[in-house]
Amino acid sequence: MRIDKIENGIVIDHIKSGQAMELYKMLGLEKLDCQVAIIKNAESGKMGRKDIIKIDQMIDLNLDIIGYVDPEITVNIIRNGEREKVAHIELPDEVVDIIKCKNPRCITTTEQELPHVFKLTDKENRVYRCLYCESKAK
Amino acid sequence: MKHLIDIMELTVEEIDEMIAVAKDIIADPDKYAEKCKRKKLATLFFEPSTRTRLSFEAAMYELGGNVIGFSEAQSSSAAKGESVADTIRTVGAYADIIAMRHPKEGAPLVASRKTIVPIINAGDGGHNHPTQTLTDLLTISREKGRFNDLTIGLCGDLKFGRTVHSLISAMSRYENVKFVLISPDELKIPEYLKEEVLIKNNIEFVETADLEEAMPQLDVLYMTRVQRERFFNEQDYLRLKDSYILTPDKLVNAKEDLSILHPLPRVNEISTAVDDDPRAVYFEQVLNGKYIRMALILKLLEVK
Ligand SMILES: [Zn+2]
Repeated sequence: MRIDKIENGIVIDHIKSGQAMELYKMLGLEKLDCQVAIIKNAESGKMGRKDIIKIDQMIDLNLDIIGYVDPEITVNIIRNGEREKVAHIELPDEVVDIIKCKNPRCITTTEQELPHVFKLTDKENRVYRCLYCESKAK
Repeated sequence: MKHLIDIMELTVEEIDEMIAVAKDIIADPDKYAEKCKRKKLATLFFEPSTRTRLSFEAAMYELGGNVIGFSEAQSSSAAKGESVADTIRTVGAYADIIAMRHPKEGAPLVASRKTIVPIINAGDGGHNHPTQTLTDLLTISREKGRFNDLTIGLCGDLKFGRTVHSLISAMSRYENVKFVLISPDELKIPEYLKEEVLIKNNIEFVETADLEEAMPQLDVLYMTRVQRERFFNEQDYLRLKDSYILTPDKLVNAKEDLSILHPLPRVNEISTAVDDDPRAVYFEQVLNGKYIRMALILKLLEVK
């Protein structure tokens, strides 16, 4: 299978197999007018199978979302057909309005326009907890 | 420290300092009688809790201060749908310090981010209740004279009991503390507490379903209520409830200097026959609650 080479854009690589659609939605890529390719189950020496997202345009990506989903994902910036750089992805200490608190007893369910904030409480196990009620993010 | 939202925000030193002040108040209450003259405490109880509110109000009056506020959401603007943020901005204009109870978890934290007036979390749903934990700590300190080298039994509903969770977290910072967790299978402490507090900090603990068997080794016994609504079926509740009711005969093999605590209100989990036992300190604990709240108010208002 062949996907056209990108001249200027972004390649999100090493996504765990099956996770591309979730990431696509979280990043809001459906709002883009340019070509976006989702490649599922691509062969990968390192991972066996992986997903890839190719975006045929230079856009501002929220790297915290990618870091939250999986810091092992790589983001390649392509300019003039060449890989210009690899963005550094880290597990974010805090994510704001990326995930919603699902605890029905949490103040976020009633307080007007309160941002949903999750903090990294356990780096090793990648546990995020709601700032307000400390519920674990799923 | 500007607000008190979660007991774990306090350092061990800050807790020691407040306990020392509370003990000084007990020794010489007159010295503190006018410390908060012309200051106002607002008690904002979006959910009723008469005991906690009275404790805060009595504490402020004994410091010579005044109290304003409301005791249930119906009588406040929250009933009209006002946000916590707006209520706090309004009350912050009148009060010097605010004690707030709210049914939603995290509401006091939201409040603390909207005002420069110190906020005390007086209970947010099933989440935190730091002044109860301070009360428990003052009681342990007064009864035992130390936080180190203690075997602490916690009995009853360890799954939903927020006072139990906070006490375990707070006590886990001291040396050589051992926990005996006594509960039916259905009401054991949550996994995260076991993993993130006990195991992570290398703290010795055992889980058991047998109160009598655990009794002889305990220095402190913290009783909580086993509620009917926590059980899936009535038979389980009826089968188990008596095992977790403290009666004089269960105390036969207890240490002479055991201290029995309970956050109250009690329903039937401690027999009234235990009340006259010198080891029962749950009514002293109520009074300690007022003294530690006085110390907390002084600290947050930075009154020397
Ligand atoms: Zn929450």
